Amino acid sequence: MPREVTIGRVAIYATLIVFALIFLTPIYVTIVTSFKSLEELRRGDLLALPARFEYAAWIKAWSTACTGVRCDGLQPFFFNSVKMVIPAVLLSSLLGSINGYVLAQWRFPGADIVFTGLLVGFFIPFQAILLPAAQFLGFFGIANTIGGLILIHVVYGIAFTTMLFRNFYVNIPVELVKAARVDGAGLFMIYRRIFLPLSLPIFMVCIIWQFTQIWNDFLFGVVFSGPAARPVTVGLNNLVNTSEGVKEFNVDMAAALITALPTLLVYILGGRYFVRGLMAGAVKG
Amino acid sequence: MSILFDRWLPAVVLAPSVAASLLFVYIFVFLNGYLSFTSSRLLPRYEFVGLDRYRELFDNDVWWESVANLFWFAAPFIVISTIVGLTLAILLDQRIRAEGALRAIYLYPLALSQVVAGTAWQWLMNPSLGLSHVAEQLGWRGASFDWLSDPSRAIFCVVIAAVWQCTGFVAALFLAGLRGVDEEIVKAAQVDGASKPLIYRRIVLPTIRPVFFSVMLILTHLAIKTFDLVVAMTAGGPGTSTILPTIFMYTYAFERGRMGIGAASAMMMLAMVVAILVPLMYLESRATRNAA
Repeated sequence: MPREVTIGRVAIYATLIVFALIFLTPIYVTIVTSFKSLEELRRGDLLALPARFEYAAWIKAWSTACTGVRCDGLQPFFFNSVKMVIPAVLLSSLLGSINGYVLAQWRFPGADIVFTGLLVGFFIPFQAILLPAAQFLGFFGIANTIGGLILIHVVYGIAFTTMLFRNFYVNIPVELVKAARVDGAGLFMIYRRIFLPLSLPIFMVCIIWQFTQIWNDFLFGVVFSGPAARPVTVGLNNLVNTSEGVKEFNVDMAAALITALPTLLVYILGGRYFVRGLMAGAVKG
Repeated sequence: MSILFDRWLPAVVLAPSVAASLLFVYIFVFLNGYLSFTSSRLLPRYEFVGLDRYRELFDNDVWWESVANLFWFAAPFIVISTIVGLTLAILLDQRIRAEGALRAIYLYPLALSQVVAGTAWQWLMNPSLGLSHVAEQLGWRGASFDWLSDPSRAIFCVVIAAVWQCTGFVAALFLAGLRGVDEEIVKAAQVDGASKPLIYRRIVLPTIRPVFFSVMLILTHLAIKTFDLVVAMTAGGPGTSTILPTIFMYTYAFERGRMGIGAASAMMMLAMVVAILVPLMYLESRATRNAA
């Protein structure tokens, strides 16, 4: 049924489109700025397309821009983030899945207390654990390493991943487990044969959400990583806020886009799952 | 035998996660609390000195400035994101074409790191070349938008960036709430001749009250946690005009070698979260129960 064109409908569409343009402006400006030369930036118009597409800023941001004392661009930081994010995401998702399965399907006395106790890790401001955590990592010799960052991300990711999977598994009838147990299957076999194959969609949600969180983290990165293990968000901040020389906004914007590219890509490809992860976190977030 | 095994296995499977969270959450918070009662400076010292660190913290003007800034950041951030998010959700709820695309556009900023957002907004708000330059070109003389370098206004630049990042999410939450409203009741009201604004005010918005609590909970939590956005955008400046408690804690604990004060400020942040979130969560669970 085609809706009639009324002033009200036009106003609704106009408002929605104006907001869409406002929301898109920062990314648009960031992209066009990264392809402009410094001279063009100085005389040019913030919103205009580049007169000539220049890739120099991207190359500089990736491989030669200075971040404090070193001048090899974002590249080493980017690979640190890759090395950190893959194991951290996989481990935290897997642990969350097993925990969630046990909490939802193998109820035992005190299961709810354990669950609530785990969730607290989701609410505390991380400032309240930074100092002891730094000492802990130092004591075990993994301060300033990628391994230390992985451990931190896995531990503080468990609260969210466990909640996500528990809320998913809780809707699966317990009769399934009961029947499988009558057939002699144990906890792990039921998980592997029945629950794991069922959980592909929720794994997508979990992996995408954890990837975004861990890739975007800055606080843990800046506190726990030494010069050799800094993630890309810290690299970007160092690059942008290095006070020496002329401020090269085109390089800054290219660097910001390099940092954002993996999560933007994930958002474009898996937006549906991203939103679901968000909602799951929001229900009791 | 397997029955006995199965009885203990769930506990065994959960044990590593429970142990990790016991140590990394509960014991670490306790240790941080203990540090706040010691004479620790650059290195931890476990000499108990009572409330000295808290006295120093409360005598520190920068701390109170960071608390005031948190208020000036959080209040407009929460109010604006809620109003704009709710407005967008209501508009999107009017059977809009391309709803999915619009929603995706509103939501994408949340996928970006706060450092990326801070970097982009630092450029947009650049006093000479950024948005103020655009306004001038459009003939809006004296529109000079130099808030980022103005100590009394810089915090509102951070508010703008934070609103940009979170409003789409708020809209998505409200939209999910609106979609859950019973259509029969709305139709019945329409039959009775109630106007759309009246239906929203009297029926729809009251039924999604739990969503309001969720939104408040999330936005308050986000505001207290905000760190990267400010570091990347203003680094707390100009002067200390955009410093927040998170930045205060980081600076004192890790840059100035004043571990005790840093720990005390972290305990105060924890107290803030508890003081604000616990009542909100209580209200939320009551609202949810009443709605159900």
